[in-house]
Amino acid sequence: MHRLEGIDVTRLGLDFIREIDEFCGFNRKWIIKHDEPTNPEYGWLPRMRPLDKYIEYGVINLDKPPGPTSHEVVAWVKRMFDIDRAGHGGTLEPLCTA
Amino acid sequence: MKRVTRVVGSVIHSTKEYVCVMQLHKPVEEDKLRRVLNEFTGVIYQKPPVRSSVKRAIRKKRINSIELIEYTGKYALLRVDCEAGTYMRKLCWDIGLVLGVGAHMRELRRTRTGPFHEDRNLVRLHDLAEALYRLKSEGKDDLLRKYVLPGEFTICHLPKVVLRDTAVESVVHGAILAVPGIARLHENIKKGDLVALLTLKGELIGLARALMTTQEIIESNKGEAFKPERIIMEPGLYPRAWKSKAKAM
Repeated sequence: MHRLEGIDVTRLGLDFIREIDEFCGFNRKWIIKHDEPTNPEYGWLPRMRPLDKYIEYGVINLDKPPGPTSHEVVAWVKRMFDIDRAGHGGTLEPLCTA
Repeated sequence: MKRVTRVVGSVIHSTKEYVCVMQLHKPVEEDKLRRVLNEFTGVIYQKPPVRSSVKRAIRKKRINSIELIEYTGKYALLRVDCEAGTYMRKLCWDIGLVLGVGAHMRELRRTRTGPFHEDRNLVRLHDLAEALYRLKSEGKDDLLRKYVLPGEFTICHLPKVVLRDTAVESVVHGAILAVPGIARLHENIKKGDLVALLTLKGELIGLARALMTTQEIIESNKGEAFKPERIIMEPGLYPRAWKSKAKAM
């Protein structure tokens, strides 16, 4: 992983974990058990994954247009990205008649 | 997308936030309305409506909060933070019953599903189309990386456990995470809690159940701490520490 040379991957990783916590205001304290670095040779910092992996491990908070169903929109997105698996975790539609 | 679909069901669906308009059939005093709304916070019993997609048996649902945003005497604008599967129409109806005047739901909008708010990071279909076009025509993936978020954000609301590099691959293969494999973890984890397992780089490995509390883990150097329930990470990214150890001996 040559492009990561000279970058403190462990610090960036922990910064990213803090960013995840802040994403939904989760503010429990961290307890350190073993303070040790991560080897840049293995895996990726989530934001630096190669594009195909980035998409594979990614989510989109999609603004669903009112007409089509969630199912249809998922099918379009799959076709746009040319992937076989995508799901949706519920929708934030403009008017949901429960 | 492909890999994160495994958490979508269990995690993102956990809580919802709605904004709804409840129409009261007769006006009541605001104090009384607030008092009744308060009674509906906490665990409530709810029977799914006649037209619903689940079995019609009374079930318990958790309402985290009901905020009265606006009240005109006829209409009440409510923000409800609740467990997934709570019926808003039914909730309004039941609130009307307790108020003694009757009420029904006029309008509903879901504003949050799990950690995803409608006012944050919302992407439209044509944004995606544009980002993909930019990639195909100019070879630039900046827009695409802006619109697609790392799936790790879906578990932001869970307590987290960070693994040492050497423990990652065995957990990916389903092994129980033992205390020596833990680099850091959130405080206050209780037995039976659902937690997210991460690498030191912040990659989501999967979800697991706590077999020990944070306190027990602090005080111990061994023991089975977390049992994996759902693995997201693919195998082969981290070295197989357990085999290389065997070889070394």
